[in-house]
Amino acid sequence: MKKLRINKTTKNDMITYAMVILAYIVVQVLVSTGHVSSLIQGLLVPFCTYVIVAIALNLTVGILGELSLGHAGFMCVGAFSSAVFSLACKDAMPGGLRFFLAILIGAAAAALVGFLVGIPVLRLRGDYLAIVTLAFGEIIKNIINALYLGVDSNGVHFSMKDALSLNMEEDGLMLIKGAQGVTGTPNDSNFTIGVVLILITLIIVLNFIHSRTGRAVMSIRDNRIAAESIGINVTKYKLIAFTLSASLAGVAGVLYAHNLSTLNALPKNFGYNMSILILVFVVLGGIGNMRGSIIAAVLLTLLPEVLRGLSDYRMLIYAIVLIAMMIFNWSPNAIFFRKRLKQRITAGKQPKKEEA
Amino acid sequence: MSFVAHLINGISLGSVYALIALGYTMVYGIAKMLNFAHGDVIMIGGYVVFVTVSGMGLNPLAAIIISMAACTILGVVIERVAYRPLRGASPLAVLITAIGVSYLLQNVALLVFGSDTKAFTNVVPFPNLELFDGQLVIKSVTIVTVIVNVIIMVGLTLFVKKTKIGRAMTAVSEDKGAAQLMGINVNGTIAITFAIGSSLAAIAGVLLCSAYPALTPYTGSMPGIKAFVAAVFGGIGSIPGAFIGGILLGVIENLSKAYISSQLSDAIVFSILIIVLLVKPTGLLGKKVQEKV
Repeated sequence: MKKLRINKTTKNDMITYAMVILAYIVVQVLVSTGHVSSLIQGLLVPFCTYVIVAIALNLTVGILGELSLGHAGFMCVGAFSSAVFSLACKDAMPGGLRFFLAILIGAAAAALVGFLVGIPVLRLRGDYLAIVTLAFGEIIKNIINALYLGVDSNGVHFSMKDALSLNMEEDGLMLIKGAQGVTGTPNDSNFTIGVVLILITLIIVLNFIHSRTGRAVMSIRDNRIAAESIGINVTKYKLIAFTLSASLAGVAGVLYAHNLSTLNALPKNFGYNMSILILVFVVLGGIGNMRGSIIAAVLLTLLPEVLRGLSDYRMLIYAIVLIAMMIFNWSPNAIFFRKRLKQRITAGKQPKKEEA
Repeated sequence: MSFVAHLINGISLGSVYALIALGYTMVYGIAKMLNFAHGDVIMIGGYVVFVTVSGMGLNPLAAIIISMAACTILGVVIERVAYRPLRGASPLAVLITAIGVSYLLQNVALLVFGSDTKAFTNVVPFPNLELFDGQLVIKSVTIVTVIVNVIIMVGLTLFVKKTKIGRAMTAVSEDKGAAQLMGINVNGTIAITFAIGSSLAAIAGVLLCSAYPALTPYTGSMPGIKAFVAAVFGGIGSIPGAFIGGILLGVIENLSKAYISSQLSDAIVFSILIIVLLVKPTGLLGKKVQEKV
């Protein structure tokens, strides 16, 4: 029989997909046999949300090599655009179709914002890029908090001041109520849809990384000037990766919005802190390693719930983990130390081989 | 008259930003890293003064000195533990570590002092200045902050230009390797920079909390980010640039709060950052550095 040859990257990707599917089966079995507490059941959709947004951010940080502190902002765009759509079409179409369209709309809206933000932002590098993405994230959150949107028989009304200045007819429906956000979004998302979305996200991202475009993006990460000199259009490839990453974050936002009946743009869920939390997932899972991001996102969401007593120290532990991971992985001394250690271990083994 | 009042409020806010931005610009100019934790050092400085004045009943001046000492030690320790091991690593790694430090300080403060807002007592013992029969009130904190700003600005400029350590700093900022070959202790110089930046943060913390007397673990983070915007606005690495940028940013923020929308003022401030970076990335007073291959 001819031996089936699978190259290393394909094998690696298959392991990642299999891991997600296996996790899904295990969880479903546990749920149906009643081994999962209602607390954890309530966390299943947020798990999927965090996993997707962690993969999205890892695309920017690990593959594009730039730090974005505004991914919560893209999530916010995806969440609000899709929630408004679902609320407006609540009775117009069946749930499945509506949610499918909501995902497309959320992804498209976040991609559009990501593209518009990316044009100015990606001209910058390093620290400036990080701080500008942070600024954009805050701007998006601020604008949504000040936005009023309603629809009635005369069409769509919007205002940046208050609900009264919308001048709505009596039959009108308020969609976004400023700081009070969107209320009454249909609860369309569930764990199965979440896992399917994770798989789709993974297929998109992993194939992107191995594609010609993905390799161009990574060459820019490794050496921009060298990449430019062999004719790679830096701005174009950076923009492609950033837009893709933003739109995936938008999908996570859609999932998030349809799991809650009330959606607010609070600093807690779409602010700077959320962006940092996602960054912790990415760093802990390994920058550039998608499978690591998935595991880290699930573990770091699960652990504080299981260890309730530690919940006060949760953020503190995250911060320490973040610093320790960075120093261990990136410090020139630590890298040297690890090399030495490895050499010593392999050197210790070799004489034994000779004896045998 | 209300315009003038808004303008003065803006200068009041801006002078605090300017003070924070001076610390940012020092560290960024010399260590070439964005010290995200600077805003949180300010918060720690505020808490030290709060504890020593309200808790132990110390004289405010003594409290400020204690706070400066505490922040200086904190700054040097942060540099030694978190940033020095990463010297020579990729800028992304350093930036993420700095974010981690910022997060760490916030959460330590949250555990130690709790999340409730502490009412900070104004430590500036002068009466407010009233003009035009009380129609226009200039807070004494504002005047003190502006004066402190000017003193620090002149002092820092002289320090960097005239003293041996200051010139060592300039050398390190130009070229670390060459500076080391000339016998400059690069690590020591950067540590001193952090010490100075952090002691400035303590002063900024005291004045920030005197002007806006609500102290929480998150007090420093937003002003810290806005002060960075101010430093970029004025030209990062430039000491007078930080002052001008800070004042302008404070004025813009206050005027947009008063005349456009209070909810969108942050968005306007951040849009300025984006516009400045696109139109003139070196800021108002910054100098252009050509990238070498």
